[in-house]
Amino acid sequence: MEKKIIATTSLAGCFGCHMSVLDIDERILDLIELVEFNKSPVDDIKTFTKPVDIGIIEGGCCNSENVEVLRSFRKNCKILISLGECAIMGGLPALRNGIPIEECLNEAYINGPTVGLNTQHILPNDDELPMLLDKVYPCHEIVKIDYYLPGCPPRADLIWEALVALITGSKLDLPYEVIKFD
Amino acid sequence: MPKKITIEPVTRVEGHGKVTIQIDDAGQVRETRLHIVEFRGFERFVQGRPYWEAPVLVQRLCGICPVSHHLAAAKALDVIVGAGTGLGLTAVGEKMRRLMHYGQIFQSHVLHFFHLSSPDFLFGIDADPAIRNIIGVVMHHKDLAVQGVMMRKYGQEIIKYTAGKKIHGTGAIPGGINKNLSIEERDILLHGADPLNADKMVEWSVGALAFFKAYHKNNKTLVDTFAEFPSNHLSIVRADGAMDLYNGVLRAVDTEGTRILDDVDCQDYDKYIEEEVRSWSYMKFPYLKHLGKENGWYRVGPLARLNTCDFIPTPLAQREFEEFKAYTHGKPNNMTLHYHWARLIETLHAAEEIKNLLIDTDLQKEDLVVKGKKSHRGVGVIEAPRGTLFHHYEINDNDQITLANLIVSTTNNNQPMNLAVNHTAKSFMNGQKEITEGMMNAVEVAIRAYDPCLSCATHALGQMPLEMTLVNENNEIIDCKTK
Repeated sequence: MEKKIIATTSLAGCFGCHMSVLDIDERILDLIELVEFNKSPVDDIKTFTKPVDIGIIEGGCCNSENVEVLRSFRKNCKILISLGECAIMGGLPALRNGIPIEECLNEAYINGPTVGLNTQHILPNDDELPMLLDKVYPCHEIVKIDYYLPGCPPRADLIWEALVALITGSKLDLPYEVIKFD
Repeated sequence: MPKKITIEPVTRVEGHGKVTIQIDDAGQVRETRLHIVEFRGFERFVQGRPYWEAPVLVQRLCGICPVSHHLAAAKALDVIVGAGTGLGLTAVGEKMRRLMHYGQIFQSHVLHFFHLSSPDFLFGIDADPAIRNIIGVVMHHKDLAVQGVMMRKYGQEIIKYTAGKKIHGTGAIPGGINKNLSIEERDILLHGADPLNADKMVEWSVGALAFFKAYHKNNKTLVDTFAEFPSNHLSIVRADGAMDLYNGVLRAVDTEGTRILDDVDCQDYDKYIEEEVRSWSYMKFPYLKHLGKENGWYRVGPLARLNTCDFIPTPLAQREFEEFKAYTHGKPNNMTLHYHWARLIETLHAAEEIKNLLIDTDLQKEDLVVKGKKSHRGVGVIEAPRGTLFHHYEINDNDQITLANLIVSTTNNNQPMNLAVNHTAKSFMNGQKEITEGMMNAVEVAIRAYDPCLSCATHALGQMPLEMTLVNENNEIIDCKTK
């Protein structure tokens, strides 16, 4: 069987979902037999170099760059998976959605108890920094998402079973204990 | 022709980052910056939440070292619930947390060395990026890759048995813990089937150190001079000067080894540390207040910890520590790539410490929680894998959080990482006609040595792609290279 091409990214997430992928432990050796990695933070491939079969997205969208990366994943990947709470519904970072972004910035960069004298009220605003969005958005509100794997993070067994089913075309048969999310 | 180089995203680091390098007409590196490009706003949005949620909420700013945030928050809340400022818990409470923490140090250091950095050592900094990654390691050095995978698994199993799950667990609560370690769980970790047992982890840690020392011997100039620069160093140490990654007093030394912060109480951290805001990064720049912005910045993490502590309280790691200290004649070590050496000595220490804890019968005791007189302010400081981590919370009479201040390990290393980028860019790119992928990876190798956790740094909300842009004097982009 030809190897499927996989790409992964972390948007407004904490990398915990990527860590949960690594928690498949020794099955990583089997995974490498099944797939070839393209663009991903675990290797040094920084832009897509070929069409990808499965794109895995961790994290929602909190800034303009997240949106660009997500769109480029949609464009380059046949199948997109939202992995974990943040990708699926914004997750913990979306707790800021009820608060004006300015208040969040002021707390971090002006009012914080260890912030040194900042009389000019400097906030990070350089051209090199992507624009913050008004809210944190789940991925499916930006592009079409094909599959959702819930959990914070999704447990390694769920990720493994889902990937194998997708790659080999076999039926996904999850034991009850694995269908438990937090 | 002037150029601006952008390396974006910086890869094989935890999180996202971006580097910009400006090169002038004469081909000289003019300015370099490591940007953290995301912002989350934790300090604000945890306000109003009940304080006991902090250990489970705030750890979600980072899925790589969630245990560090889980424990730093729990330690701060120990103070709030009147359980003392670090050593006030019951024996089982403190030791379960220590086991969780050393399990975390072990898995995180292993992940960094084997999964993320070893490709640079095995294949070379300028090797083909197609194989210069963990999958290349699996293909070409399978035994080493399997060791890395199984060592990380062992650390994660310890976290599972102490925190309830491998990522974003719930084991630590204000004033203690919510479970002890059963005899069955202890035996799995202590005497598990090969290779998943404590003795094998010690053995493999010694092996990883030997691997790095051999690399050092064969690449002495590179390892000793790569991004080497003087700096201050900060960490917590045990009251008697021993390395202690869970609890202690704040100590800092300057580049000559003179104490510049003499074992101060962590509750007073804000009397000594301040942060500067710069417009081009979401990551702030901390420094020691009394020395000021220019001279007060410091390094944290494994290298700093080996520079501040007087000894390591486990025998095998202590022997390695003595060899490490002898290399710089007892003076602080300022060589960036020696972070790897220091990290592997700590990995060995963690493995020894894990074994010591597992044979301690206090872990089976049942007095899990203590409570005392409540107060409204608490600070929790811990040595996370990447360095000193500060959590500070204040609450009101309704038990709601009114203030949260976090200085994460990677933020503490902001200035040193920026300097490391600058040194490396200058030594690899000055006067070069063409900027190659290998040169850009060298910049990433400098960043990678600090094992930055850019997810943490983003708590503040951040992302780090490596992007190099060449600009002219009017800031017009001439050339842009993205990795």
